Amino acid sequence: MNAENNLPISHWQRLWLYLLGGLVMLFLIAPSVIIVIMSFSGSTLLQFPPQQWSLRWYQSYFGSVEWRDATIVSVKAATMTAIVATPLGTAAAYAINAGTLRLTGAINALLTASLIIPVILIGIGTFFLYARIGLNNTLTGLVIAHTVQALPLVVLTVLSGLRSYDMNQEMVARSLGAGRFAAFFQVTMPQLRFSIVSGALFAFITSFDEVVVSFFISGGETTTLTRRMFNALRDQIDPTIAAISTCLIVLSIILLSAAQLLGRRRRTQDSEQHA
Amino acid sequence: MSAVSAGHEHAGRIDGTLNAAALRADTRRQALGFLALLSPGLFLVFAVIIVPVGWLFWLSLFDETGTLSAANYARFFEQASYIKTFMTTFKVAFVVTTACVLLGYPLAYLLSQLPRRAASICLVFVILPFWTSVLVRTYAWLVILQRKGLVNSWLIDHGLISQPLQLANNFTGVVIGMIHIMLPFLVLPLYASMKSIDIDCLRAGMNLGASPAATFRQVFLPLSLPGLASGVVIVFVLCLGFFVTPALMGGGKVIMWAMRMEQAASLYSNWGAGAALGVVLLAVTLSLLGLFRWLLGARAAGVWSSR
Repeated sequence: MNAENNLPISHWQRLWLYLLGGLVMLFLIAPSVIIVIMSFSGSTLLQFPPQQWSLRWYQSYFGSVEWRDATIVSVKAATMTAIVATPLGTAAAYAINAGTLRLTGAINALLTASLIIPVILIGIGTFFLYARIGLNNTLTGLVIAHTVQALPLVVLTVLSGLRSYDMNQEMVARSLGAGRFAAFFQVTMPQLRFSIVSGALFAFITSFDEVVVSFFISGGETTTLTRRMFNALRDQIDPTIAAISTCLIVLSIILLSAAQLLGRRRRTQDSEQHA
Repeated sequence: MSAVSAGHEHAGRIDGTLNAAALRADTRRQALGFLALLSPGLFLVFAVIIVPVGWLFWLSLFDETGTLSAANYARFFEQASYIKTFMTTFKVAFVVTTACVLLGYPLAYLLSQLPRRAASICLVFVILPFWTSVLVRTYAWLVILQRKGLVNSWLIDHGLISQPLQLANNFTGVVIGMIHIMLPFLVLPLYASMKSIDIDCLRAGMNLGASPAATFRQVFLPLSLPGLASGVVIVFVLCLGFFVTPALMGGGKVIMWAMRMEQAASLYSNWGAGAALGVVLLAVTLSLLGLFRWLLGARAAGVWSSR
């Protein structure tokens, strides 16, 4: 945007800035790129670029019952987290947006507590609590813990959608005889759908990538993918993890692009309405 | 809003005094409705975060025999290993935060100066790692930095060194891995605050005869400091409680705060000791955030929403 406002500085004078910025971007992206390339290596040695190519690490990933089970647990937990966290977060965002409640500060603090409290403390605390009520190593326990982690993201995403939505539309629907719920589901929600789906995607990936809390509360038959990866990395560097990592990177790219696309759709929809 | 809706529901009334009670009841009913919408989420957070953390706090006040004592906290001052853990943690946090500022500020500045299209493409380089699992990125750094890793084999193959450099499983490895994970937490809020700086301020500075360097130093830099400060606080606080990278890349030599908590809880089942560490960590985290908020006022609000 600023380039159109041309400051009297030439690109040449800024060469150092481009160089430095480019190097930092390289630093940020290089590890992912290297892992993706390494995952197609045919050798157990760490060589870059690999001397021969193969899919053996992918075969070793998909062929292993343990890795497959862990992946299934993670997909299940992430899906259920998205299913639980999205309606809870949307409802909370709706109430916060209405803004008629006192104690808004306290409510916000409570809802975003999982972002502020160090995650290691949450992990140990959850483990301790679950040990008392028998929720350790269960899918239910995993989904509850991940829902709490994902909730603030859903609330913030839906809230940003609500901020650009004119609540008077719901009032109009209600004045025409729609009940509160009908007004929400038929008028408000369709217009918030992009934000709500983005929130659900963030909830999914939050659960899927979560390491620290899963480290404490998952195990046995409900060992998550990240939990098993963590253990594997403690022992030795198994190139199978490069293949798994590549799959995780691809998943992140897909979910992020979907969220990005939804955000763009939302913005064009908003601008059409205001035009 | 409540008055409007009440007006719809009780249409046809004119006298305000008669309506007052009905309006109040309606407002109350509406507030209860909103509270009902919030309650499932609030309940979960309360049950899974507030209750266990409070419980741990309570446990930290008792020693192994179950009597009320400050033994769990006194240990931090008495045992050299705890003091060393705190020193290591703060040292790592300090080095990582400084490196993030040195690398992140120029990148955020570059992003804020680029045309919109180019900036959104370059932002991908920040956001994609941000949303890639911490484990994946730690694994990548292990592959790159370890004894027989990519850096060492490249250097040896090209005859630049004869013995592999010790890059992983020590302080260096932890710091490099953590810089990579923390950098987006600094760049994203900083970039957002730099974008909101009015370009006319810079142009005014230049019109008045300041050189580009002077304009940057006297106009842009001060205006970008609040954004930088929020990034610094986020990164520093996250470093203090960070677990994954030091646990995997420290080689057992770099013991940070969170690892101590994990050892106390799962290795020794000493809940009091682990809990006391957690309580102090939380207290330090909250006071740093509080201090920052107090220094910068309302502008600090919402820094956490970057992720």
